[in-house]
Amino acid sequence: MATAVENLQTGVDVMDSALESQMTLSMGPQHPSTHGVLRLDLRLDGELVIKAIPDIGYLHTGMEKLFEYKKYQQGIVITDRMDYLNPLGNNLAYVMAAEKLLGLEIPERAQVIRVLMCELQRIASHMVWFGTSCLDMGAMTPFWFTFKEREKILNIIESASGGRMTPSYFRIGGLMMDLPAGFENRVKQFLEGFPDALNTFDTLITGNTIWQSRTQGIGVISKEDAIDWGLTGPSLRGSGVGLDLRRANPYTGYETYDFDVPVENDGDVWSRFLVRMRELRESHKIVKQALERLKPGPIKADAPKVVLPDRDDMRKHMDSLIHHFLIVAEGFNVPAGEVYHAIEASKGELGVYMKSNGGPKPERVHFRGPSFVNLSALPVMAEGEMIADVVAIIGSLDIVLGEIDR
Amino acid sequence: MTEKLHGFVEKLKERDASWVENVVEALGEVTVHVPRVGILEACYFLRDEHDFDLLADLCGGDRGPEEDPRFEVNYHLFSTVHYQRLRLKVLLSEDDPKVDSVTDVWRTADWHERETYDLLGVKFEGHEDLRRILLPSDFDGHALRKDYPLRGYEPYSMN
Repeated sequence: MATAVENLQTGVDVMDSALESQMTLSMGPQHPSTHGVLRLDLRLDGELVIKAIPDIGYLHTGMEKLFEYKKYQQGIVITDRMDYLNPLGNNLAYVMAAEKLLGLEIPERAQVIRVLMCELQRIASHMVWFGTSCLDMGAMTPFWFTFKEREKILNIIESASGGRMTPSYFRIGGLMMDLPAGFENRVKQFLEGFPDALNTFDTLITGNTIWQSRTQGIGVISKEDAIDWGLTGPSLRGSGVGLDLRRANPYTGYETYDFDVPVENDGDVWSRFLVRMRELRESHKIVKQALERLKPGPIKADAPKVVLPDRDDMRKHMDSLIHHFLIVAEGFNVPAGEVYHAIEASKGELGVYMKSNGGPKPERVHFRGPSFVNLSALPVMAEGEMIADVVAIIGSLDIVLGEIDR
Repeated sequence: MTEKLHGFVEKLKERDASWVENVVEALGEVTVHVPRVGILEACYFLRDEHDFDLLADLCGGDRGPEEDPRFEVNYHLFSTVHYQRLRLKVLLSEDDPKVDSVTDVWRTADWHERETYDLLGVKFEGHEDLRRILLPSDFDGHALRKDYPLRGYEPYSMN
């Protein structure tokens, strides 16, 4: 019986030979490289993957149902738990959808802080991706370096919001509270050290020939397929499509920042890797610009019936106290309507479809998670590859199961 | 801002007036209500003639058991060429929640349609593999329907 590799080389129909030697392997749901609880149903011929069927839902907690039973401001907490590596991005998509329905104007300072925090979060998210995808393929060292950088960002986020992985920092109409004293210095310190860390990553991994041979030409998806399968974010940009929603449909003032959109053309694991590595430098650039723009000013919209008043106001003004009570006890009514708001999260297009029927609770909230859609294209990339490469491909898609299963 | 979008709606109408039931513009977004018989053709038309090559999202909604039509399916179209977004909406009645699958137009619709089927019970005709995706295969009912209680009917056990 010919081996799978020989069959590939000699052009014998893979499906025919599989009938003799086919084997089904259940990879996951407890496999470490699946980044959570993903199960892959792999049909194998030797080590060759003939068919890959992702099986998801192990983390399903009915979040979309829960939104319908919670007031708008309570929903923010749920969003933290979706893509738990990019919670501020989830917060942003959710609050911006609600703000669109309410027609709120967000003050300049709040916008700048949102950009700053989101880009820091993007770096933190990419750090986890980088560390774990290397770890999956047997390179353990980068993990310690990336988590060191991530720790610094989590400390910054914690100093501002009180939460490390569940910040709930953005609120409908602005921010939870203003930045603490010493925040700017902390960010500056991080920014100073980060380019060196990036250079370390490049020396460790990017120039590494073992890494290159494990990733180049693996898990290829063409430009047309990538669009057809709805890939977005770095996974799409690795296939030669320069789509970045920060440029295409700018929000929170991204159109005024100077940054590049990295694009690679090969559509393989290596391309997606390069795109993310270069994105880290771009995010670093954006954080730097945002920090320069940080001027004192209000951080909440002028909408007393929606935005919680400051503590100080509540002590002095009766109406502030009443508004506070009403917002907390009964919530605020959102005008009837529907919106779809999409942002460029660290993994791709994060879209929120929100429908209101005029009450304090949404009628429907739907999250279009980039991980969900990107994972659905996994069979296209994995079929015809070796089983060890499936691990590399999952790593290159940067999925988070919390967002896929919701 | 939405002039370009109205241009697409006009083109849709020109091609087949029966595709456009109603056009709603709100909050800078344009929604086209499409009857379910025309959705597949309209999607092909928008993809091929007007570059809506990426289906950003497909999601269902339950308007409540007292409403007729009760269900809706939203198609959020996006173009990687001109970066415009357009929403198509199909309304479905409770007795016959069926609509043509658009998996042949955009492959990405596969999981979105399975999710909508799983949580709301809307059937997509022509979908090759319409199984539950988030909930277990032996789950009873459709959890995102308005008349399905938040905590379910009884504790679910995997046996």
